[in-house]
Amino acid sequence: MSKPTRPLPKPTPETQHFWDGTQAGELRLQRCADCDSVYFPPRPFCPSCSSRRVSVFAASGRGTLASYVINQRNHPAFDGPYSIAVVQLEEGPRMLSNIVDCPQTPEELELDMPLTVKFEGVSDEITLPLFTKAGASA
Amino acid sequence: MTGVAVVGAAETTDLGHIPHMSQQQLHADAALNALADAGLTMKDIDGLATAGDRPTDLAYYLGITPTWVDGTSVGGCSFMLHVRHAVAAIQSGLCKTVLITHGESGRSGIGRGGFAAAPASLAGQFEMPFGPMGPTTLFTIPVLRYMKDYGMTHEQLAMVAVVQRQWASMNPRASYRDPIDVDDVLNSKMIAYPFHLLECCLVTDGGGALILTSAERAGDFPNKPVHILGTGESVETPLVSQMEDLTSSRAFSVAGPLAMHNAGISHADVDHMMVYDAFAHLPIYGLEDLGFCGRGEAADFIWEQNTAPGGSLPLNTNGGGLSYMHSGMYGMYAMQESVRQMRGVAAAQVDGAETSLCLGVGGMFGASGSVVFGTQPKN
Repeated sequence: MSKPTRPLPKPTPETQHFWDGTQAGELRLQRCADCDSVYFPPRPFCPSCSSRRVSVFAASGRGTLASYVINQRNHPAFDGPYSIAVVQLEEGPRMLSNIVDCPQTPEELELDMPLTVKFEGVSDEITLPLFTKAGASA
Repeated sequence: MTGVAVVGAAETTDLGHIPHMSQQQLHADAALNALADAGLTMKDIDGLATAGDRPTDLAYYLGITPTWVDGTSVGGCSFMLHVRHAVAAIQSGLCKTVLITHGESGRSGIGRGGFAAAPASLAGQFEMPFGPMGPTTLFTIPVLRYMKDYGMTHEQLAMVAVVQRQWASMNPRASYRDPIDVDDVLNSKMIAYPFHLLECCLVTDGGGALILTSAERAGDFPNKPVHILGTGESVETPLVSQMEDLTSSRAFSVAGPLAMHNAGISHADVDHMMVYDAFAHLPIYGLEDLGFCGRGEAADFIWEQNTAPGGSLPLNTNGGGLSYMHSGMYGMYAMQESVRQMRGVAAAQVDGAETSLCLGVGGMFGASGSVVFGTQPKN
């Protein structure tokens, strides 16, 4: 397929575990050993208490639709209008993503609806975490 | 009016080659080390200044909710300007405790933005078409004019690097520590005539951070406070070709004397000095523009070992950008060395030093910031 790719992330040493995780089919978050905060995006210290005692874990991949827009302008990597959505993860952090495998309409994209991560490889190195309606068949 | 003091200061844990950290994390590593030095946490910080990366990015990344930010970005001296602005902010009550961070993946280029000039900018229109390739071919342009006007020799320019290597040889954190002589410099690879490799700064990874608060609180921290006695700043031009005088930096001439006047000191009061040395001619310009030497006299002053270990005016005592480290925006490291000297903990400590003058440059002689540090509060 010759469809243009999205602008791709370039991992840094602090984010590599996250992108390795999506390649492996895991949505990886981090937790502070001192204050128990779970946070995203990745960094090797806690943004709540500055502790460096943090670890990486695989999140559930479940969340809800916190907010979104539906972009109407043409983007070479997308076919028609598409959602740019904030997903509220079950573990606490939020992340930006797209809601896929459903019509990109306000009627279909209902706030607070449950979502499930869907990993989509976009290059040899990069797999993006997208989200679908929970229970929807892939 | 209350004075302001440095109560926390640190560089990144490592310096030099740090491919396992992004640029943003270099800021954070230095900031966390400075907080540890001051016995503080991010929650104690209510003012944030940085350059090279945006203060918004850093505040979010570090977990700071500031009431004052400064993103002044005028090149490698930006951090000196941040100090000046932070003093004013603290004195006027905009914030209480300021963190100034620098991080730069200059060598490894991890998570670092680009520096390409926009084609429509002045530099893009009026300098880039003629083939410059970064600082080695821009910052260096004025020096032949200086050499002609004042009779400075290639050997004298080389001596700047030789003397700074003497200081670097005393510093275990310096990138280059092996002693060199003038012939070594002149026999090193020509980079942009008349500049040889050893007359050009290093390209390394690293970072640094300072924490400032009011002098009234300065005794409440675990390490010796360093007082800010005076500051100055200015800018001139983004185009080195358009400097008013190719043998003098107008920004140096404004910022340096302003800081000294602000501090109420004379030349004789300066025990220790840092002049940002991206290239070997910068200390020469700095010494003259601030009046430590007459016009055309600084090269002889350095040649005669006045700025060397044991000399009357110890200069660039960490080894400078030529030998210690240079990530791209070196000003933070110059101030870190001033702070270490005032704390009495420098690798090449100047005995009894009580006043340090730190002069920074930004762009290609485009900007300058200057800070006078002292062991005692301002009178």
